[in-house]
Parts: sequence; C-alpha cells; structure tokens
Amino acid sequence: MSAYLIRAVSILGGDATDLLLHGGVVAAIGADLTATGDTGDTVEIDGTGLVALPGLVDLHTHLREPGREDAETVESGTQAAALGGFTAVHAMANTEPVADTAGVVEQVWRLGREAGYCDVYPIGAVTVGLQGQQLAELGAMADSAARVRVFSDDGKCVSDAVLMRRALEYVKAFDGVIAQHAQEPRLTEGAQMNEGELSGRLGLTGWPAVAEEAIIARDCLLTAHVGSRLHVCHVSTAGSVEIVRDAKRKGWNVTAEACPHHLLLTDDLAQTYDPIYKVNPPLRTAADGAALRAGLADGTIDIVATDHAPHPHEDKDCEWAAAAFGMLGLETALSIVQETMVDPGLLDWEGVADRMSYAPARIGRIADHGRPIEVGAPANVVLYDPAARRTVVASESASLSRNTPYAGMELPGRVVATFLRGTATVLDGKLQ
Amino acid sequence: MVLDARDISRALTRISHEILERNKGADDLVLLGIPRRGVPLAQRIAARISAVEGIEVPVGSLDITLYRDDLRMKPARALLPTEIPSGGIDGKVVVLVDDVLFSGRTIRSALDALGDVGRPQAVRLAVLVDRGHRELPIRADFVGKNLPTSLVERVSVRLAETDEIDAVSIDGPPEWSEA
Amino acid sequence: MKRHLLSAADLTRDDAMLVLKTAEELRSLADRPIKKLPALRGRTVVNLFFEDSTRTRISFEAAAKRLSADVINFSAKGSSLSKGESLKDTALTLEAMGADAVVVRHGASGAPHRLAHSGWVRSSVVNAGDGTHEHPTQALLDAFTMWRHLGKDGARSGDNLEGRRVAIVGDVLHSRVARSNALLLQTLGAEVTLVAPPTLFPVGIDTWGVETSYDLDAVLPKADVVMMLRVQRERMNASFFPTAREYSRRYGLDGKRMRALQDHTIVMHPGPMVRGMEITADVADSDRSVIVEQVTNGVAVRMAVLYLLLSGANGSDHHGEAPESETDA
Repeated sequence: MSAYLIRAVSILGGDATDLLLHGGVVAAIGADLTATGDTGDTVEIDGTGLVALPGLVDLHTHLREPGREDAETVESGTQAAALGGFTAVHAMANTEPVADTAGVVEQVWRLGREAGYCDVYPIGAVTVGLQGQQLAELGAMADSAARVRVFSDDGKCVSDAVLMRRALEYVKAFDGVIAQHAQEPRLTEGAQMNEGELSGRLGLTGWPAVAEEAIIARDCLLTAHVGSRLHVCHVSTAGSVEIVRDAKRKGWNVTAEACPHHLLLTDDLAQTYDPIYKVNPPLRTAADGAALRAGLADGTIDIVATDHAPHPHEDKDCEWAAAAFGMLGLETALSIVQETMVDPGLLDWEGVADRMSYAPARIGRIADHGRPIEVGAPANVVLYDPAARRTVVASESASLSRNTPYAGMELPGRVVATFLRGTATVLDGKLQ
Repeated sequence: MVLDARDISRALTRISHEILERNKGADDLVLLGIPRRGVPLAQRIAARISAVEGIEVPVGSLDITLYRDDLRMKPARALLPTEIPSGGIDGKVVVLVDDVLFSGRTIRSALDALGDVGRPQAVRLAVLVDRGHRELPIRADFVGKNLPTSLVERVSVRLAETDEIDAVSIDGPPEWSEA
Repeated sequence: MKRHLLSAADLTRDDAMLVLKTAEELRSLADRPIKKLPALRGRTVVNLFFEDSTRTRISFEAAAKRLSADVINFSAKGSSLSKGESLKDTALTLEAMGADAVVVRHGASGAPHRLAHSGWVRSSVVNAGDGTHEHPTQALLDAFTMWRHLGKDGARSGDNLEGRRVAIVGDVLHSRVARSNALLLQTLGAEVTLVAPPTLFPVGIDTWGVETSYDLDAVLPKADVVMMLRVQRERMNASFFPTAREYSRRYGLDGKRMRALQDHTIVMHPGPMVRGMEITADVADSDRSVIVEQVTNGVAVRMAVLYLLLSGANGSDHHGEAPESETDA
C-alpha cells in the first residue's frame, strides 16, 4: 500500500503544512516531513494552493441499484461520489425492490464494499414498500451487517401522523433517525414546480411551500413529544428554515439538510420547460435560496446533502409533466458550496468540513468518517483546488446518467484527489 | 421627374377614352385597381368615364399578395384590401389598373387571383407607366407612358391619394440596406 | 413575428394587429366562390393532436387547406404522458416527413415550447393549446372578434382595443384561454378583469397586470365584453366550489344578469359550452352572443397566423433580385 506525502497543503484553509497518509490513517502532520523509511513507494503530491478537507459524507444519494441499473449502479454512483470528494454516501431506500428488509440493505452494503470507491451506508425504508401503511422491519435492518441507522421513505412522505410518531418512537431503541421527505401529499397532487407567480403563468401545477412546512412543523412537534431524533431532508423554503430554527431553539433533536441545487438555482429556470430543472422538492425562489444559505451559515441547516438522483436520458428528454424528478449532484456539490457559501464569505473551510463531513457522519452515526484531519484518524481526505475553474460537461460524468442542470455552467474549484482510508480513489482529478 | 401632375392627368384621360373606345362604351366594365396605387388610378379613370358617359363604372381593388410567386423568399407582407364590386365580375370586362408594369409577375398573380373570384368575359390591363424588362409574356392594353429604364433604376410613382403629390420619377439604385 | 407562436406573449402590439388585419382580409374569402388561396402551396402543415379537440383541429385544418397547404393530421391521443419519449419520437417522424409547420395540442403545459426549443424539429411550431398554459390562436380569434365589434371603427383611441373593458369569467386556474387572453388583450390595450371564486384563481394572479374580482354582478355593468369560460363539473369534486348550482348562481351568466349589460356589450365563449353551468341557453343564443362568429373567425385568424409564420424566409436575404418598382413583382 502506497503512502502519500502531500507537500504544503492547507488543512481546512490553515497554514501550509505537509500531510502524510500511511497505513490507512493520517500518519503525520507538520513542516518538512520526510517519507517514512520503511516504505519505498511514497508518492509525493504538491499540495500548494490545495485545501485538505475530511472526506465528504453524503446523507442523501440515490444509487438506483438494485432495480434501475440503467440509471446508476453502486459502482458508477460511488465513482461519481469519489470524483466529488466523497468517501461515504448514504444510499436511499427507493430502489426496486425497496430497501425495506435486512436482505436488501445488506446487498447494497456489500455492493458498496466491492466497488471500493467509497463506503456505502444503506438507508432503510420506514414503511414496507414505501407505501406508508406499515412499518418496515427497522430493527432487523439496524441489526444487519449494514447497521442501518437512517430510515427514510424518501421520494414519498410519511404523511400519516400516527405512523410517523411510531417510527420516531421505534428507532429510539437503536439510536436511529427518521429522515423525512416533507411533502404533504394532498397539497401536492400533480405538483410540477414551486407554486408562485411563475407556476400560475406557466400553467404548471404548483408545489406550495406550505406543503413542506406543514409536515416539518408537525414532525418537529412529534419529535419533541416522543423525545426522538428527526432529520429533515432537502429543506427548500425560507419558512422551513424558520421552523427548524425554532425547533432547535427549543432544544429539540432536529437536524436538516439543504441540497446544492436549492442553494444555487431558482424556480425561474422552469420557464425553459426543460425538465433538467425538474426536481422534488422543486427549485424555489431567490428569497428561499438566500434563507437556505443563511440557515446553512448559522447552523440551522446542519448539512449539505446532494440528493443525487440519476435518471436515464429518456426520462428527461420529454415534456416537463412526463419527466422524472431529480438531478445529479455528487460531482458538483463541493463546487456549488464554494460558489454559494465559501466565496461569498458565508462559510469557511472549517464550516464546509462540518456541513459536508462531520455533521452528516454524526447524524448517520458512522464513526470512521467525518473525523478531523489529525494524526491517527482514518485517512479519509479530499484535496481540493479552490482556485481552479471548470465548465461542467454532462458527458464527462462518471454517473451513468447525464441529468445535470449545471451543464455548460462554469463553477469554481476542482477535486484533485480523494483518499479512502489512505487509498487514492481519485488522483489528479481522475478515478484510480 | 418624368411625369408631373398634368402629365398624369392627361395620360389618365387618354386611357379612359381608349378604354371606352375599345369597349364601345361603358357597359359591363369593371375597374379593379391593384393596391396600393392602382386603386386611386382606377378611381380616377372611373370618374373620367362617368364624366364622359354619365354611367357609374364599378370600381374595386384586387390584392395579389397571396398569389405572388415569391412568397417563400420574402418576409410575410401585410395583406391589402380586396373589394370586388357587388355585381361581381362574371361575364364582365375587367380592366386591371396598376401604376407600373415591369416584370409582369404582379399581373400574372392578378390573373390568378381573378380566376378565383369569377369568370370575366375579358380582362384588360391599364398601367400608368410601362418601364419594360418583362419576364413573362404579358403586355398592357392601355399605357400612360412608355418609360425605358435601366434595371438598376427605380421608378417611383407618387399619387395625391397616397403620397400627397402626383409625380413619376426615376431614381438611382436603391439603398441596399432597404429590406 | 417570431418563428413560433407558443404564447400570446410572443406577440407585440404590431404583430397582433398585423394578424388581426390580415385575418380581416382573409375573412372575406368565405364569401367568394373559390375559398382557396395559393399562398402556402407546396407547404406541409401537420396537426399534431395529443388531446382530443375536434373543433380546434378542423379550424386549423380548414385554415391550412384554404391556403393550399398540404395537411397531415396526426392524432396521438393516449400516448402523451404514458411514455414521454413519444413527443420526441413523433416530432422526429414529422421532421423526416418535411413538415413546415407543426400545430400542436398537448395535455402537458410547455409541450409546444419543448418541441420548438429542443432541437427536435426545424419547423415553425404553433401552440394549439397546451395543458393549463396557453392557447394563443384562441386569444387571437377572441381579440379579432372583439375588434370587429368594438375596435375597428368605434375605437376610442386608435385602431385597436385600447381602453375596452373585458371581463373573463370562470375557471381561470385551469384555463389556457384565460392566460392567453389576459396577455394578448393587455398587449392590445384592453382592460381585463378576471372574475372567479377565489379557489379558481392561480397563485400570483396579482402579478398578471389584470384586475380581479370575486363579484360578477359588480363587474358586468362596466364590461364591453363578457367572456365566459367553461367550468367542468368535476372541479366541484376537488372542492373548488361546493355544487354546480352554487357556482351557476354566483358566476353563471343568465338572462337576468345579461340585462345588466350595456347595450353594445357582447358575450363570448371559447366553447365547448356547458349550458346551464356557466351560461344559460337564452344568453348563448341571444343577439349579444358572438359565439358562432368566434368559430368563423377562428379559421380566418388561423389562416393569418399560418400565412404570417410560413410565408417568407425567416430573415433571409432577397436572393439578389433586381430592384423593382414597389408594386410590381
């Protein structure tokens, strides 16, 4: 196993230092390190101008396997993750079959280990088949080899208040968390885009902010009532940020995520009727985006999660109403966080490490990721060049799908290298 | 200037008499002007015929825009009025009136248009100016003035009804920016 | 004019007036023995209907045929949303057949926009109604009908609908006719008031630049035009209003309400009507009603649209022709 000696790198934006990764851990940090004597094959990397961050952790990834291997596989999805600087992803449960049993979650977990590009932590379904009728065997999934701690019916909302209450209560037994896709179903029947001035003009059925906020408010109250742990997926509205802020102020155990596309893009893109911009929850207004960025900056929003949602070409190359919801996100997440948070001064690199690594690992209860870069910690590290600029080219994605809304857009930053337990998954921006 | 107001007036008077002579009176005559400037010319001719014969000759307009053979090559044009006199044109002697006869394509279009409106006994053509350069086998029956021109020249007809002044002039090559 | 007609917002006031004036000339064709013009000879117009609408389709068909275009009717009902690829595949097929214009009716808002801007086809695209978005040729024929009755000669200022008051009443939320009319009538200078129960207004209606009212009786006496929109009875199942009877009582146009109108006020309906729901038979059949005339005008307006979109190379040069006298060709 190679050792990597990274010269003059800035850890979390700090002063330049050398960083030695060896034996799967961070072996040394300091000025003018020398390669360890016992390994002849130490690779030196010039880290000048690069920022070292802990390996990123995504709490919300759709890997599509099993079932939709035409859109993404565990292998292709984790390759995209590694290229984006991720060393761990949580795979959402809405596969075919649904990840609602120990068998399916163990299969996904094993596929992730075999692929080797990043660690895959399966998310278990809350209800059988995501049907919202009956709890899935949450305990069996928690006890399985996959050690599931995050449960979600993502794509669907656990809208039944009683079922949600029971789920929140039940996962307390193994320190689990319910990650809710907050969408009141009756208020969003046939919904296509953010409900507002534009939806009225475009004749696209609106997805009102209140449909998200009402569920979040209810779930916060339920969480407080039963003393459990709630995670709110892809918060998209200013009102939702307020509700989460209020819940946190009250000391309730609520965490929340924002997606890169909600930080950067706005609903006026729907005017193109190009379904590349169709996502659930939908792109919102500029004011919502500003509230999300402010919430992410002050910690109300705990993490950035990608909601990476690959879809085959034909599911997007059609009329808006017929198209699938979702967009790619893994390979562009860090650049968009730089663009929307770091460059405007809302977040420093320490903050980025927290929102994209420490906090998601903490919420997912995974120990080997999301650790500060310090001697002895697992060598899960990403080297990032914030001075680089690149134009996104859809066909260059490692994902099997091409549904990136950023194609043609120039974004800052470039992932130079990703290390998973000391092994390079990405070097010089290329998969290893 | 090639023709001034008095020249135009004289030419129209002569054309009116020639029409009456050829038709042996004003019976069954219908004058159809081709917009824009053919229409006031037709009205003036009708007035002269009326003054001579004491008969009101029906006057109308025939827009040929949708019959042009260059529709696919040029930006869409606004349509101009087509007004067929209430008596129609079936069995009548229709005199088409236009300001300038040039390639002959307008008249070809007018003949097509006429065919869709009815079946006249005969169709004749009166023009104020014939500038030559025919591209089709068409000739005028009544001509105010034969005006030999170069292809790069532009014949400009102005009439009081549309342009505040009666005048025919030959201008140099047009601005190429004109579209 | 732009190359496509996707939204009434694509039309400037000059564009719209050009359509109306062209339609006025074309309308007289109906009185001639031969109801055909050679303007689009050799051109192919495809009617691509993913949704049933016999009246709109035959209106476009008659318009294209009267201009001597070849017409291909393509009915793809049922295949629209079940498999999205079908719009693209159908478009590619039409392109291969050499369509010059595609007239598209689709249940999905924005489908004509997709067709025009996705690179699937090179032809002009005419929106013949898309989802709950727009129906620009309906708005043009409505404006044409209003203009003939109120604008052309008796206009208060200029040769358009400046200052005319138009009330559009009914299911604004789901109506593509209301959207297109609100846009076009404002372009033409009319003052538009939309009237509906609050449940049938879309969110953001306050940004449309129109007046809104929940009270039909307050609006009627001032209106020069009253346009009634179709209201589907099924809407009451989704709680947009309690019962058909209550809807009719509050927002239906009946003989009693008709008597509150000014003498010159006309009553319009884009059809198909639900008699007894939004409009009573005696109103629909009254002298004020121009509903049948709207159908006649539809053909003339669609002829004008097809002529203006299809004749002429889009911004191309003059093919080096010799200069010529203005009226000679």
